[in-house]
Amino acid sequence: MDLKDLYQDVIVDHNRSPRNFRRIADASRTLEGFNPLCGDKLTLYLKLDGDRISDLSFEGSGCAISVASASLMTERVKGKTVREAEHLFDRMHDLLTRDNVNADLEPLGKLAVLSGVREYPSRVKCATLCWHTLKNVLEHPGNPPVSTE
Amino acid sequence: MSARHDRLRKLAAVAAGFDALRWRRDFPVLWQRVHGKPLVYLDNAATSQKPQVVIDAISGYYRKLNSNVHRGVHHLSELATEAFEGAREKARHFIHAATVREIVFVRGATEAINLVAQSYGRSRFKAGDEIILSEMEHHSNIVPWQLLCEQTGAVLRVIPITDAGELEPGACEKLFTSRTRFLALAHVSNALGTINPVKDMIACAHEHNVPVLLDGAQAVPHLPVDVHELGCDFYAFSGHKMFGPTGIGVLYGREALLQDMPPWQGGGDMIRVVRFDKTFYNDLPYKFEAGTPDIAGAIGLGAAVDYLEHIGMPAIEAYERQLLAYGTEQLQRVKGLKLVGTAREKAGVLSFSVDGIHPHDLGTIVDREGVAIRTGHHCAMPVMERFHVPATARASLAFYNTREDLDALVRAVGKAHQVFL
Ligand SMILES: Cc1ncc(COP(=O)(O)O)c(C=O)c1O
Repeated sequence: MDLKDLYQDVIVDHNRSPRNFRRIADASRTLEGFNPLCGDKLTLYLKLDGDRISDLSFEGSGCAISVASASLMTERVKGKTVREAEHLFDRMHDLLTRDNVNADLEPLGKLAVLSGVREYPSRVKCATLCWHTLKNVLEHPGNPPVSTE
Repeated sequence: MSARHDRLRKLAAVAAGFDALRWRRDFPVLWQRVHGKPLVYLDNAATSQKPQVVIDAISGYYRKLNSNVHRGVHHLSELATEAFEGAREKARHFIHAATVREIVFVRGATEAINLVAQSYGRSRFKAGDEIILSEMEHHSNIVPWQLLCEQTGAVLRVIPITDAGELEPGACEKLFTSRTRFLALAHVSNALGTINPVKDMIACAHEHNVPVLLDGAQAVPHLPVDVHELGCDFYAFSGHKMFGPTGIGVLYGREALLQDMPPWQGGGDMIRVVRFDKTFYNDLPYKFEAGTPDIAGAIGLGAAVDYLEHIGMPAIEAYERQLLAYGTEQLQRVKGLKLVGTAREKAGVLSFSVDGIHPHDLGTIVDREGVAIRTGHHCAMPVMERFHVPATARASLAFYNTREDLDALVRAVGKAHQVFL
């Protein structure tokens, strides 16, 4: 497995210039995620319009995988309903943790660039941190910060 | 200054004759390739590799001697006891303790520190008593004291560190008060590599009648250690960081102090007579060794001591000093690389960050080049906070590393630059 499969151009690009990297002043919910093992930290800001995630952004610092994953996630989830977001979480979870992904990657679109992470077990948590944080904030709005360790 | 100069000259002369590749051949793990590249193992501060003699000592014990110690009259039990106690004598000699009664076998540095906190500290400290630590301690020399503080109401005082990663000068005098009861300090920092001026610190503490524990986990693999000369009251270290097995370590304690301390765990071996109305504890060091010990581990540690003494700790110190200087120089040339921890006296550790590349990515990329380093907070989160970094990359040395290993690291960091260009 080549390093380029992990650090695909899309990932390097989203790490260098993360999308939706900002605070939402009037966010409906915010939540911090933390990976103590590598020090990755992110804060997710989410704006709900009824059942729809009308805006989603993040701030924080982390490795390229965690920043790119968060950036791609905000891009993808913005405008979706809570149910759709939860469905995407399940898909991503399978993509990153299952040995045999037989499900087709089509519905994931650009998010599929993260599939290389599966080959690097110590890095899976970097890619899932933002997703776990999102799931948590959707399910339990008043929760303490997520930790992937 | 000229004394230091003189010492450096002598060290350089010893280093010149050191044949690291000769010793490297003794470590089977280092013969392999990783991701198709020769393994370059630079994660020795996490755990060191084991020479064949240590592996043989452990398997030899299980093949020929296995038996419980201190309790059988049969042949094997006598042989096992002899080998186990022989290892204790080797450990004593290694750190120049006065007697084997001062050598307590534990699981490692962590357990040694917990033992001192719970036995020495808990029986003595009261609310408002102060325990001094430094900002560069490993979590294992912080959390046991915090637990003790919760139990007794004692409080922690922290010696700050400078931008270079040295203890703030003069902090010692400033922090000691009439309430100070204990000083617990790293001999060598695992995150920064700083060799602390422990003799001065001990002198200062003893002037205030305060006992000192040194966390020697990162010192014993790199420097000759003489607890008698240092004058410390307790010294803790782990076997696995000094080329011995995991699961075994040593707490050295001055006999008079250990004598007065209550046991911290109860069970077999630590008693002399057990009756339901009263139990009499065993002599030192057994009072602190409840239950069947890690017999094979102790024997493996003894073999590691023999091996290190055969090479010679002064030679190892001299060689590694040059290697560290070389590594420092090479890394400083790398674009965007910043060393974290630039103390004047250092051992074994090159902690660094690279602009625009997170340490975690760096670790993955250099691993693909066969180079094993650690990335993260190195169990020293206060140090990361002090230097305002989420994590660092850390290359840590042993005497079997060479300049070529450090060249491989520098090339591998270059690959990381390519990925993120
Ligand atoms: C300075 C220092 N102290 C203590 C420890 C704890 O050692 P162990 O985990 O072997 O008990 C370590 C190990 O990382 C260390 O580097």
